[in-house]
Amino acid sequence: MVKGDGPLLRWAPRLTLLLLLFPIVAGLSGTVLPAFGYLPVLGGERIGLDAWHRLIHWPGVWRAVALSLFSGLAATAVSTLVVVLFTAAWHGRPAFRRFQRLLSPLLSVPHVTVALGMLFLLSPSGWLFRIVSPWLTGWQRPPDLLTVQDGWGLSLVAALAVKEIPYLFLMMLAALNHVPAAHLRVLARSFGYGPVAAWLKGVLPSLYAHLRLPVLAVLVFSTSVVDVSLILGPTRPPTLAVMIMGWFSDPDLSMRFMASAGALLQFALSAVAVALWLGMERLLAHIGRWWIASGHRRFAEKPVSWLSAAAVAASTGLAVAGFLSMAIWSFARSWRFPDLLPARWTADAWIRYGNAGNWVFLNSVGIGLITALIAAILTIACLEYEFRHPRKGGYNGLYVLYLPLLVPQIAFLFGAQMLFVVLTLDGSWLAVIWMHLVFVLPYVFLSLAEAWRRQDRRYSLTAATLGAPPWRVFWRIRLPMMLRPVLIALAVGFAVSMGQYLATVFAGAGRVPTLTTEAVSLAAGGNRRTIGVYALLQAVLPFAVFALAQIVPALLYRRRRAMQVSR
Amino acid sequence: MRSVLSVLFSVLSLAVLLVPAQGRAAEAFDWQNVKAKARGQTVYWNAWGGSETINDYIAWVGQQVKQRFGVTLRHVKLTDTADAVARVIAEKAAGKTADGSIDLIWINGENFASMKEKGLLFGPFAESLPNFKYVDVENKPTTRNDFTVPTDGLEAPWGMAQFLFMYDTAAIETPPRSIPALLEWARNNPGRFSYPQPPDFLGSTFLKQALIGLTEDRAALQRPVADDADFARVTAPLWPYLDALHPLMWRKGAVLPKNGPALKQLLGDGEVDIALSFHPADASNAIEKGELPDTVRTFVLEGGTIGNTHFVAIPFNARAKEGAMVVANFLMSPEAQARKQDARYWGDSTVLAMDKLPPDARALFEALPRGIATLSPAELGKVLPEPHPSWMTRLEAEWQRRYGQNG
Repeated sequence: MVKGDGPLLRWAPRLTLLLLLFPIVAGLSGTVLPAFGYLPVLGGERIGLDAWHRLIHWPGVWRAVALSLFSGLAATAVSTLVVVLFTAAWHGRPAFRRFQRLLSPLLSVPHVTVALGMLFLLSPSGWLFRIVSPWLTGWQRPPDLLTVQDGWGLSLVAALAVKEIPYLFLMMLAALNHVPAAHLRVLARSFGYGPVAAWLKGVLPSLYAHLRLPVLAVLVFSTSVVDVSLILGPTRPPTLAVMIMGWFSDPDLSMRFMASAGALLQFALSAVAVALWLGMERLLAHIGRWWIASGHRRFAEKPVSWLSAAAVAASTGLAVAGFLSMAIWSFARSWRFPDLLPARWTADAWIRYGNAGNWVFLNSVGIGLITALIAAILTIACLEYEFRHPRKGGYNGLYVLYLPLLVPQIAFLFGAQMLFVVLTLDGSWLAVIWMHLVFVLPYVFLSLAEAWRRQDRRYSLTAATLGAPPWRVFWRIRLPMMLRPVLIALAVGFAVSMGQYLATVFAGAGRVPTLTTEAVSLAAGGNRRTIGVYALLQAVLPFAVFALAQIVPALLYRRRRAMQVSR
Repeated sequence: MRSVLSVLFSVLSLAVLLVPAQGRAAEAFDWQNVKAKARGQTVYWNAWGGSETINDYIAWVGQQVKQRFGVTLRHVKLTDTADAVARVIAEKAAGKTADGSIDLIWINGENFASMKEKGLLFGPFAESLPNFKYVDVENKPTTRNDFTVPTDGLEAPWGMAQFLFMYDTAAIETPPRSIPALLEWARNNPGRFSYPQPPDFLGSTFLKQALIGLTEDRAALQRPVADDADFARVTAPLWPYLDALHPLMWRKGAVLPKNGPALKQLLGDGEVDIALSFHPADASNAIEKGELPDTVRTFVLEGGTIGNTHFVAIPFNARAKEGAMVVANFLMSPEAQARKQDARYWGDSTVLAMDKLPPDARALFEALPRGIATLSPAELGKVLPEPHPSWMTRLEAEWQRRYGQNG
């Protein structure tokens, strides 16, 4: 079969790794050097620890570190717990499938939109307070309460959890394919275990290994996120990542050294969070083993069922209501406390967008589609290589694909920007696409790998015995059969690309504005009407692509029953 | 990596030597020649993009320069001007001394001082632009002194800003018109005032304004900070004032809004009664668009408030220098300046002198309507000069030290 491999196929795994790792490694070194004082253009020619000295004495920096650790760990713990308990209680029941259907719209709503929506929902002049004012509370003016941007970052934790629950749920669905979950559960049930206990004791131990990487990715993201913390996090001090962004953009250029040191501190912080998490896993595993051995047949079955369902419903409700509020804001002229709906409406924000937005729109869509396409081609090539050479390993090396998700963006993007400047690529579409690819590829790979590896080899084998060469088997048999997962993977890639903020800003030199960069720069200006327009477009575009990914195969294969989705 | 960087460094040193030479060449440029070269160029203008009003105005400028001079203008919307400064630094670090990604920057104050000091600017060019002759350099000295730093023709004046307060007349009858009165008012109305968290420029300006209102030695602010003792002496009254004010502010001072527009949104949401602004027509404009209730008005402090000028500058490695100069010159034209001062479009005060303009150009300004909440030039009162940038830097650092972490 080796003869049938074209050069693309043979080089695909290596090319993929190179494309992915080069910006990260170059970027990290571009951060390390200034952190130790070396950046000649700013007069830094001596290696030293000045930046670190300044960093550790910066007022509030340790509080910021604690805040980042706490909010990241809490958000990850809450969302993991909710997803695990919900699956334990509801897997195989109608509520589970109903939530499954809500997934793609929920995944389409970008972080920034969720954060802005929740800010408006929860602040004292926001929707929830308006519902009960003034008839119940007597408030004609909003009360002075610290409901958002609280010092512990609880509102930040809530927003992150709302966004991560659907993502982890998706990953849970993938993980469920790895273990005979239904079988194990039936077995445990037959021994008299309650549904939740049966799942937690029978399925979770073997399933968690497949959930670990996504959970760690969520943890790293949550400890280092910038845009959501900017909107919902406290300010005195903010989280470490927000602090670092402030230093990177300080007019006093000597702050760059401290910012670079801070970026490395962020790297360490995320690593410590991961270590803590892994330690906690061990502890829980010990307790779990004891608990399994104890033979208890039930685990608060009813409360777990209802609480987990309530948590999923609440997080979905918050995301939907937040999104809805932004949609209404995009048509609001004046909308004051305590009005439940705008007093006056206008389409000004949309008209203004129509006059100015085409360029931005095309950038977003073009970059999203091209990036997703490249990512899908590379992924398919890697998977196909693996498919044809199952014993050659190769895909173990591809675990490195997760690296971009496990390194905080802020730790290498400044350095990567320097790399693009050196290659005179900065500000070009190419640079932006490359940078997006680093973050899009892992998700596309995650999304597609499962389906590809579980294909039924007998079809290909049959085709091969009929004399079809490998490329023909690929094009005529495997790819058409894989069309649905491929399109879903493309949609995932497109959605991830749409959500990129820091990567676009650093690689695009500001010359390649996208809906997301515009939305965040407008969020700085606080005009909810315009933010609403961008937030809506930002969510609707990926959603449309997800919908297409569902509809196209359904249309193409409407005459082939075996290739339709089973309900 | 190290050797690569040192090669880069030697290239850079060479570039640094070349910059002033380019500058001298630019002093005596021939405007016809500049216009000819500008035609067909694309100018990437890095300007703060957080205000729709301003973005719309910039879009209009884009249409005009396209029609009149064949220059394509791209507005690169920044969340912070320092991002553009960072970009020029990164380019210089990587040895990109020509064909840089930024052609024009909206700039003033600290960012200008920083770029000027590091030799990152092209020029002098500003005072050789044809429309500079209309600029009111006599009565608006800040058009040539940016936060007390001489502009030396490295940036072209674009607009005038003056610090002022917005307040909701539905909640306040007589606004507090001095810094001590503001504290007194906050005592009686806890939770209804806030200022953007420094180092946001509006928040820092509030600190400077409070300092001017409280310090014994105002004259000291016009020279650089001498030393720690000097700073401590001059700013001594400010810190007890803030200590007293913070617990009386919105959210008891535990959170401060991110920037001016965020504070304005709080005023629109009814969460505060007093907000800050740098544009006299800001409130009128926001009322016009439904962002603020029509009961909002503006006031300034007795004894005047801080004013400054904002500018456009060209980085040393800009690709479209001629195009950028054509845009900068158009921005100073009576027509562009009059539209900018019009509250319906932006409401930013002009840098031009009325008595230097030809009559038909002057008529453009006289015909402008004044917004419902905009003060007349007489009501706006005295414009106080910005302190030297070193005060702002020290104030921001000290604020961070004292209040960077809550409690």
